[in-house]
Amino acid sequence: MAKFTKATSIKDWINQRLAIEKVEKVMGSEYWIPKNINFLWAMGMVLVITFVLLLVSGIFLLMYYQPNIDTAFYSVNYTIMRDVDFGWLWRHIHGVAASVVFLIIYIHMFTGIYYGSYKKGREMIWLSGMLLLVAFSAEAFSGYILPWGQMSYWAGMVITNLFSGGSLHADGLVEWIRGDYVPAQAFLSRFFMLHVLLIPLAILGLIGLHFAALRIPHVNNQDGEEIDFDAESKKYLDGDKKGSKVIRFANDFMSKDMMVAGIYLVFFFYLVFYNYGFAMDPVNFDPADGLKTPAHIYPEWYFLWSYEILRPFSIDIGLIAFAFAQGIFLGLPFLDRSPNAIAANRRGPAFMIWFWLMLTNMIVLTAMGKLPPEDPYSTIGYWAAILFIVQWLALPIITSYEKKV
Amino acid sequence: MKNKEPLILAVVVFFSLATYYLVEPYAHHILHKDVESKGFVYDGSDDILEVENIISGLQKTKLEKELEYKDASADEKQKLKTAIITSENDIAIQKVRLEKKQTFFSDVARIAKIKGDAVTGEAIFATCSGCHNDAGIVMGTIPPSLDNAGVYYTKNYLIGIIKDPVMISNVDHKFSVENEHPMASVKYMVSSDEDIANVVAYMQKIAISPEKVTPKMAYENTCGRCHSVVYEKWTQLGTTEKFKHKKDTLAAEIKVLEYEDSLKVYMGKLPPDLSMYIRSRGEHFISTFIENPQSQLEGTSMPRVGVTADTADKVVEYLKNAGDTKRHEREEIGRNVMIYIVIFALFAFLWKREIWKDLH
Repeated sequence: MAKFTKATSIKDWINQRLAIEKVEKVMGSEYWIPKNINFLWAMGMVLVITFVLLLVSGIFLLMYYQPNIDTAFYSVNYTIMRDVDFGWLWRHIHGVAASVVFLIIYIHMFTGIYYGSYKKGREMIWLSGMLLLVAFSAEAFSGYILPWGQMSYWAGMVITNLFSGGSLHADGLVEWIRGDYVPAQAFLSRFFMLHVLLIPLAILGLIGLHFAALRIPHVNNQDGEEIDFDAESKKYLDGDKKGSKVIRFANDFMSKDMMVAGIYLVFFFYLVFYNYGFAMDPVNFDPADGLKTPAHIYPEWYFLWSYEILRPFSIDIGLIAFAFAQGIFLGLPFLDRSPNAIAANRRGPAFMIWFWLMLTNMIVLTAMGKLPPEDPYSTIGYWAAILFIVQWLALPIITSYEKKV
Repeated sequence: MKNKEPLILAVVVFFSLATYYLVEPYAHHILHKDVESKGFVYDGSDDILEVENIISGLQKTKLEKELEYKDASADEKQKLKTAIITSENDIAIQKVRLEKKQTFFSDVARIAKIKGDAVTGEAIFATCSGCHNDAGIVMGTIPPSLDNAGVYYTKNYLIGIIKDPVMISNVDHKFSVENEHPMASVKYMVSSDEDIANVVAYMQKIAISPEKVTPKMAYENTCGRCHSVVYEKWTQLGTTEKFKHKKDTLAAEIKVLEYEDSLKVYMGKLPPDLSMYIRSRGEHFISTFIENPQSQLEGTSMPRVGVTADTADKVVEYLKNAGDTKRHEREEIGRNVMIYIVIFALFAFLWKREIWKDLH
């Protein structure tokens, strides 16, 4: 047993038992971050803040929401929106944050791709991040079901139908997922459970893994420079703050995180109060009606690119393409055969074109996924989907020709 | 080292805004028809244009079929011939419709020019009270009280509804000689131009002034006989009452259900509850839809209601009170939160500058 002495202060008393000083050093003041980074490195903190907003607003909504097909719509649109003080505010924060979190995830993700932050020991960061994307997608989808509006019902119908596997006709699987032949009470109850318990637990676990994965390889930097963290941190602690290539996480980097978060929150609350329509589809303010299909069924904007990879093909090929699109990002660290772990613009023209084309093409797919499936949109969507697949197939080839910079 | 952050920010903002533009304003512009208000005048220009468009569409199909006919095999020729004859018949039917509408709206315009005499109108108005008497007769719907009709509805509409209810309501696709509009017989009761002008003058005279019309009155009188608004406790038969005994509550509910059954027969389906329509359809859609339901939902059995622009605004206001009750609070809190967050961002910036002074 450790040796305990009579405490000199409350802090000392706690410190002897919980080693808070050590924890503070490991997590904050001596957690070293490269100095050569830009505001895109603050997206992790922005995501944490958005997740906390989702969690807190979700807890308040949970106090009044009723997971029952007869009362769910009413509990959201009457009880929460009209009766409960500030219920509307929590709902708008929850809805907008659920949409904006994907914008930040995509920015975070493309930052990682651009700076090669998935290579040379950082593979686990990428993999855990991609698993987080999967978990967030499941969380968003299950949450979308809960208000039991028209889009909840029909999106639930369409997405669970995908599990029939086209020509496999695995209708039994679809019924097993729904707990009924069509989305009904069993379906709503289980998606409620997924949304408020199981998936949030998975997300919390994955966030822990994502952070842990950062510990050993450290955060990347703008130039992909390999930094000797021991030497540089010694330099910092010896007083040469200007000369050192590293800074403390707290408060050095944290102050920058907070500055970026401040600007982000101005943008976020502008959306919450003045421009929330994009995150709360009007169609979902009609109560669910199994006898009336909406004129246009489309997912939320962040799923549109993969929806458009599914849509232009025949059902079986579409499902294969869709599965490919869902899984392929996980393979990025292994498909990129390049010896370089640096920014895309310094890796030669091939990868630079690949990167900007991928980004642009995914935006094109996103747009076509929302537009009605008629010409010219379906033709553009078809070729964009083909291009997406071709780009991924070409990645190992073009990167293996890349020379060490 | 050159500061690249402004450039990076510009790139991030550009791609985010491009995505937003394509997914929101652009996609919605493609998904939904743009309909603009014609100023709630009901002069028939919309109605006539609708039929003209149908005719030109039919003529185009016919022309295509005729071109195909030339090179078709004998077998196909027979089929094409039938199709051509069908579209010829359709065109003829639509042309009759067009002519009827043109005549009708020129009649309305002519009557609108006559200066009606309210005193004479009062005597004729007794005819209307046979049905419009708040006695609860159900004729598809309950004939509305006409006490304030003169303020809710425009003059053109009031003239039109007496001249020919089917025409002014733009539901001639729904009614026929075999299936008459419940108010069809008015044509034979009040038929001369002067009589119509006089009744309309009377209705306009007895109505309250527009300033006295509340959003609730506007909604309940012009929309509320078909559309419930559960969130405002409004049923098609009036505001839900509280009863001491459950059997009275149930009896009232049954009355509503029975009335809804008759509405279903009359309209083809139960007209939807409008509690959340301000969020599901939005102000612009609702307003233009009220002006001419056919413009955004072709073939709907909902009649044009003929309200004034002012009444339409009040109906929209009522729907906001039902489905967006916290809008004023939202604006006020929004402003305060924005001020708070900007100050927070400012302090965060100052903190960062202070700390990074030693790092660069």
